[in-house]
Amino acid sequence: MSPLTAQPVSVPLPQRRDILRHALVLGGLLAAAGYPQYARANASKAAFDARTLDEAVKAAGGARMAESRDVTLTAPDVTENGAAVSIGSATALSGVRAILVLVEKNPSPLAAIFRVTDAVDANFTVRVKMGQTSPIYAVALMADGRALWTRREVQVTAGGCGV
Amino acid sequence: MTEPTLIRIEPPRGDRTVVRVRMTHEMESGQRKDASGRLVPAWYIQEVLITLNGRQILTAEWGPAVSKNPFLQFSVKGAKSGDKLAVSWKDNRGTTRTDEATVA
Repeated sequence: MSPLTAQPVSVPLPQRRDILRHALVLGGLLAAAGYPQYARANASKAAFDARTLDEAVKAAGGARMAESRDVTLTAPDVTENGAAVSIGSATALSGVRAILVLVEKNPSPLAAIFRVTDAVDANFTVRVKMGQTSPIYAVALMADGRALWTRREVQVTAGGCGV
Repeated sequence: MTEPTLIRIEPPRGDRTVVRVRMTHEMESGQRKDASGRLVPAWYIQEVLITLNGRQILTAEWGPAVSKNPFLQFSVKGAKSGDKLAVSWKDNRGTTRTDEATVA
């Protein structure tokens, strides 16, 4: 190719991350103005966009994955309605920063992050959509970086992804 | 236009108070196609903030896999009768809503 050939000039279009950054700056200004402050960060977006369990947990800040009996997961064995499956996730361990709820076979596995403070128990129930029969994970992100997980298979007889 | 969030606070037992919340939101997954075969864009609550007497006690971040009209149950430590519990959400279009209830 001749060096004189016109090369396509790349004009920087606003990138999603720029828009997000602006949104965060705006959020900061709103927070300064007394508006409730929300904590959505770039890292969380990556976690929710992740296509695999491992990527999602890593993006959410979990470093060392380990199965743990100290994390409990309550879910039905079989559900007719994949549009609303009740998932309870809990741990009594101290030093828990957040609980993640993931549905392995959903297009993006991460469904929810709960950020724990000392004013609540690390014990949450939420209803999630499941596209198909899948393992469900509850992951406790610990202050020391461990990601302690428990899994359960939930059989779905009617999907909820088109909902 | 947003619809009210239902907040049910059980009477405190010991120092624990169980709270059940039902928000009203479509929670469109972004996976569904309309009648003409076009993908319906995702529209869902991304952020949830719970305060007790104005102090932040729980935040959650959600993806579009949380069910329509989201249900959430949690348990608060040390809440007392008369405390104000507020539930705020913000969706991916930037719409927000806050509702409040009082501990019995």
